[in-house]
Amino acid sequence: MNTVLITIASLTLMGFILAVVLYFVAQKFKVEEDPRIDDVEALMPGANCGGCGHAGCRSFAESVVKAPSIGNEFCPVGGNAVMKKVAAYLGQTVEEKKPEVAVVRCNGSFDNRERANYYDGYSSCKVMLSLYTGDTGCNFGCAGLGDCVDACKFDAIHMNSITGLPEVDDEKCTGCGSCVKACPQNLIELRSKGIKDRRVVVLCRNTDKGAVTRQVCRAGCIGCGRCVKVCPFEAITLENNLAYIDPEKCRLCRKCVEVCPTGAIHAFNFPPRVPVEVTMADALPLKND
Amino acid sequence: MEKTFRLGGIHPQDNKLTSEAPVEIFPILPKVYISMAQSLGAPATPVVTKGEKVKVGQVIGKPSAFISGFVHASVSGTVTDVVPMADLAGRKVMHVVIDVEGDEWLPEIDRSKTVIRAIKASREEIIEKIKNAGVVGLGGAGFPTWIKLSPPPGKKAEFLIINGSECEPYVTADDRSMREQPEEIFIGGEIMLKALGIAKGFVGIEDNKKAAIAKMKESAKHYPHFEVVVLKRKYPEGGEKQIINAITGRRVPSLGLPIDTGCVVQNVGTALAVYDAVQKNKPLVESVITVTGKCIAQQRNFVMRVGTSFAQILDAIGGLPVEAAKFISGGPMMGKAVANVNASVLKGTSAFLLLTEKETKREPESACIRCSKCVQVCPMGLEPYLLYKLSKNGRGIAELERNDIQDCIECGCCLYSCPAHIPLLDVIRIGKSTALKDIKSRAAKK
Repeated sequence: MNTVLITIASLTLMGFILAVVLYFVAQKFKVEEDPRIDDVEALMPGANCGGCGHAGCRSFAESVVKAPSIGNEFCPVGGNAVMKKVAAYLGQTVEEKKPEVAVVRCNGSFDNRERANYYDGYSSCKVMLSLYTGDTGCNFGCAGLGDCVDACKFDAIHMNSITGLPEVDDEKCTGCGSCVKACPQNLIELRSKGIKDRRVVVLCRNTDKGAVTRQVCRAGCIGCGRCVKVCPFEAITLENNLAYIDPEKCRLCRKCVEVCPTGAIHAFNFPPRVPVEVTMADALPLKND
Repeated sequence: MEKTFRLGGIHPQDNKLTSEAPVEIFPILPKVYISMAQSLGAPATPVVTKGEKVKVGQVIGKPSAFISGFVHASVSGTVTDVVPMADLAGRKVMHVVIDVEGDEWLPEIDRSKTVIRAIKASREEIIEKIKNAGVVGLGGAGFPTWIKLSPPPGKKAEFLIINGSECEPYVTADDRSMREQPEEIFIGGEIMLKALGIAKGFVGIEDNKKAAIAKMKESAKHYPHFEVVVLKRKYPEGGEKQIINAITGRRVPSLGLPIDTGCVVQNVGTALAVYDAVQKNKPLVESVITVTGKCIAQQRNFVMRVGTSFAQILDAIGGLPVEAAKFISGGPMMGKAVANVNASVLKGTSAFLLLTEKETKREPESACIRCSKCVQVCPMGLEPYLLYKLSKNGRGIAELERNDIQDCIECGCCLYSCPAHIPLLDVIRIGKSTALKDIKSRAAKK
C-alpha cells in the first residue's frame, strides 16, 4: 500500500515540476508564426493532394500568406470558390479559372488492341514499363495496371474491367493532376471541363506512322489529317502523325468525330443523336471540298 | 578453402541440364534480323542500304557515340530492309534485315581451327582490332571491350580476371567454351594482358564445373601468367564486383568501377571473341548460346549467328512446348523475359530458356515480417526492404541516394529470398532510375 502511495506522490510531483519547466521553455523558445497561415489552412479543402504544386494544404497556405500576392497559385480541388475565400481573407483578388478534368487519352481497349503476351509481375504500370513496352504492340498506350487509380485521392478514376482502361468520374474529379504525374505513358491530360462537361478529344498518343499504328490498334490515330481539314475552327493540329484538339478553340461541332476513320476522336457527355433519315441528297459527294 | 565473395549471396538450384551437350553449329536460317543496339550505350548507325550485297564480317553499322560499337553482317546475302523493329522488350530499334545467300566470308578472315599462339600485334593494334571487330562484353551487360581495356588516365590495372563463374542457373555456354577451347581462352587472355600492359591474370570458375576446371588447369600449365581459381558456388559470383571480391579480397568502392581496385574483368566468351578478333581477324558475328528448359526434350548448346530470330530457334527445336509458360533470353536470374518472339539474338545473348509455369509463378504478396533475409543475401550490403519502401512512395530521392541505391546490381537475390514474396527488386529498379535521373539533372545544372 505504501509503495502505491509513494509512486503516485512521486509521479505527481515529477509531472508538476516538468510541466512548469516545459511552460517556461515553451515561452522562451516560442516560434512566431503568422496566425493567418492557420486561418488560410482552415479554408483549404484539406486533401493534401499536392495538386497545387506544394507538399500539402499547409504548405500552400504558407506560400500564399508569405508572398506579396496570390499570383498564379491555385487550388484545383477547391476551385474558384476556395480561391475567392482565400483572396477575400487576404484582401486580394484572383482571376477565375476554368475548372479542369482529367482525360485518359487512350482508346486501346481489349477489343481494340491484340494482346501478344501476358504480364504476371508486380502490378504497377511503372514497373511493367521498366521491363518492356507492354502486352500489346502499341508502345504509347495504356498499360492498364492502374497507377493512376492508386494516385487518385478522390476516388475519381477506376479501371473498367471490360475495356481494361481507366475511366474518370467527372463528378468526382477535381483536376488536381495527381494521375497526370502518375501515368508513365503521359496519357492523362487536364482539359477544361467545357460546357455541360462536353468534350471532344483525340484518344490516342501514338506517334508512329499510320500503317504501324493500324497494325497494333484498331482505334489509334493514324495521322490521316481528315479531322484537320474538316475542322471549321482550326482547333486541330497534326504533329508526329498525331492529331490534337485544342480545347480552347474547339466549339464542339463534332465534325471531326464523324470523319475519323478509326474512331480515335471521342465526344464525351453529348446526348445520343437522333437518327436522321438518309436521302439521296446526303449520299452525293460534297462540292469543292 | 575455396574462395567466394564475402557479403550475401544465394544458392538457387543449378539446373545445368546442358553441361554435357557439346557445342553444335546452328544452321543458318534464310533470314536474319541484326539489331543495331548490340552493346551498352548508343545504337550503331547503319551503313548499308536496301538491296546491297554483304559478306560475312562486313561492317553494317558504325558506332554513333563513344560508348557504342561496330556491327557486322553475320551472314552473306542481300540487305532487304533497314527498318526500326521491336526488340525483345518491344522497344523500337534499327534492324538490318538480310536475306541469306550462301555463306561467303570476307577473304581476310581466317576460319581454320588451327590455334595461333604467337601474339604479333602491338598494344595499339590490339585495341584497334578489338574495337573494329565490335567485341562487347558477353557476360550480359554488353559493354564495349576496348573501352574496358583502355583504363582512364590516372588509373592502373593490376590484374585481369577472366570470369568463368557462370553463376546463372541453366546457362552452360561458358562451361562448354572452357571445356572445348581452353587454349583459345588463354590466348585471348594473354592478348588482353598485353593490351593492359600487365602480367597477372586469374580465371575464376565455380566448383560446379569440375570438367571445365580440370581442362583449364591443364591448359594453364602453358600459360604461367594465369592462375585458375576455384570458387565456391554462390549466386551472383559472376557479377564483376563479386568476382573481384572473391578472388582478390578487394571491394569496389560505392559508385566506383572495377578499375578502382586495379582489376579488369572479362567474360570467358569475351576472351574467345578477343582471340578471334586479334589472331583470326574475325569480328564478333556468332556466339555460344544454350538452348534449354525443363520442358524441352533436347538440351543443347549452339554456336549461333547474331540476328537469328527467337521464333526461328523455336521452330528449330520443334515449336513451343505445351508446358512452357515463360520465354527468357539469358539466365533465369538476370535474363529478360521475351515479350516479342520476332526479336533476334544479340551478341551478348547467352541462353534461350523456356520456363514452366511452376518455375515462374509468383506467390501472392504478403506483409513484410522484418526477417531481414533480403539484407542478409544482398551481395552489395544494401538494405533492400528500406530501398523498396522509399522507392514505392516515390518520395525521398535524397534518402535513396544516401542509402546507396545506385550500388544495386539488380541481381534479384532479395526478391528470390523474400518469404513474403514482396517484389523488392521490381520497385527498387524504379527508385534507382528515378534517383539516377535526379543525379543527372543536378549534374547538368552544374
